[in-house]
Amino acid sequence: MAQVKVNINGAPYQAEVEPRLLLVHFIREVAGLTGTHVGCDSTSCGACTVLVDGVPSKSCTLLAVQVDGGDLQTVEGLERDGQLHPVQEGFWEEHGLQCGFCTPGMMMTAVALLERNSNPSDDEVRRAISGNLCRCTGYVNIVKAIQYAGAKMRGEPVTGAAESAA
Amino acid sequence: MIPSAFDYAAPQSLSEAISLLQGNAGQAKVLAGGQSLIPLLKFRLAGPELLVDLRKVPALDHLEERDGHLAIGAMVRESALEHSALIASRYPALLDTSSVVADPLVRNYATVGGNVAHADPANDHPATMLALRATAIANGPNGQRTISIDDFLVDTFETALAPDEVLMELRVPRPAAHSGSAYVKLERKVGDYAIIGVAAQVTLDGEVCAQAGLGLTNAAPRALRPREAETFLVGKRLDEESIRHAAELAASAADPVSDLRGPADYKRAMVRTLTTRALRLAAQRARQA
Ligand SMILES: Cc1cc2nc3c(=O)[nH]c(=O)nc-3n(C[C@H](O)[C@H](O)[C@H](O)COP(=O)(O)OP(=O)(O)OC[C@H]3O[C@@H](n4cnc5c(N)ncnc54)[C@H](O)[C@@H]3O)c2cc1C
Ligand code: FES
Ligand code: FES
Repeated sequence: MAQVKVNINGAPYQAEVEPRLLLVHFIREVAGLTGTHVGCDSTSCGACTVLVDGVPSKSCTLLAVQVDGGDLQTVEGLERDGQLHPVQEGFWEEHGLQCGFCTPGMMMTAVALLERNSNPSDDEVRRAISGNLCRCTGYVNIVKAIQYAGAKMRGEPVTGAAESAA
Repeated sequence: MIPSAFDYAAPQSLSEAISLLQGNAGQAKVLAGGQSLIPLLKFRLAGPELLVDLRKVPALDHLEERDGHLAIGAMVRESALEHSALIASRYPALLDTSSVVADPLVRNYATVGGNVAHADPANDHPATMLALRATAIANGPNGQRTISIDDFLVDTFETALAPDEVLMELRVPRPAAHSGSAYVKLERKVGDYAIIGVAAQVTLDGEVCAQAGLGLTNAAPRALRPREAETFLVGKRLDEESIRHAAELAASAADPVSDLRGPADYKRAMVRTLTTRALRLAAQRARQA
């Protein structure tokens, strides 16, 4: 057994685990945060994406022991004091999801992108999410959702499809 | 999918890593980014007793020019190459390669060292390292040694590394003036392994090709250097005719297998097409350099 000590969404967390435990199972089953999904379980779909020290990572292809000492961010940590994160708001406003299975991973990749590049082109957004698959939306509204979040984070005025239709 | 049980160590020094490998004769595996090894563990195609994680071993993540070569520490991630101004300006084939390995999330972990040490003929970096005439620096119980990339890549999933040796660094000679390089990959979709990939580097003396390097991905049981094509190019004017002839020679050197990515004949034809494209692009970059 090995000791894994991390911060999850800002709070310290530790557990004794088998070295073979995958990070996604550590997050879902040990820490009990089931917002992070398992899709393909083979490094293709990105449903399991979390941030490790700010870096978007496929948690089905990391061992929990590899991130010992690290800082994890999962979808549960996006909302603050009842306020949605701009990326969450963007997915809501722009209808960036249908079934929602890919959404937690997609949003974590989007958060990391916008932290690195606050004003990406559509092409840069598409490249950044090329490791996250969505079987429902056709990506158009996901790109819009991320652009909405970018604009909001830059302090620009935003109107989403949801609001303008209302 | 759950791997079978193993022990795990994250040593703080190289000597500790080497003694762990040595003490577990053949039953231990080095863990770098894990993007090839963890899938193998999950599919239970590998079942080591011990993983020796290099993440805490110091001085393996440098990416800089030293003494006439580019030094790529074994733990440098693909994403670091992608975002390096030095790589973009001087080593375009390396940038081309790292931007087509898997997807951006895999590239945040996958190391260039692991890509070469894994020695999968479907990995993209081995072909580029052949074209750029890289050397590998290894360290083990008997000290450090330098291995040419041609000797390093032995066979499918087999390198010249002993089980208790660690790959420390890849060295790429700094290109001569008027050199250009490129990597061109044909893939079914983003993130997939190559149907075929071709790396090329040329050095021009006026319009004459003074040096040529080529490497092929997924065209043989290991990354392949099409030697006859390289030799043919040296001393020739680098025009459409010589490029096409070199591409024919590369296609005849290739020994691809039929699989879900296409029949062998098709792949051989793609070696011809992609060699033409890689050489054209490398030549164009050499003229601009
Ligand atoms: C979905 C997916 C798609 C992929 N697509 C591509 C692709 O298109 N092109 C491509 O080239 N690759 C692709 N890969 C493979 C992967 O990107 C590479 O093989 C990866 O770069 C290996 O590096 P790593 O650091 O993850 O190595 P690891 O997985 O940690 O190790 C791989 C092997 O190398 C050995 N090793 C690693 N570092 C050292 C060292 N310093 N010394 C000694 N031995 C060492 C390990 O023991 C192991 O046997 C893909 C992988 C996935 C999961
Ligand atoms: S579940 Fe991890 S990439 Fe699909
Ligand atoms: S919303 Fe269903 S997979 Fe993306």
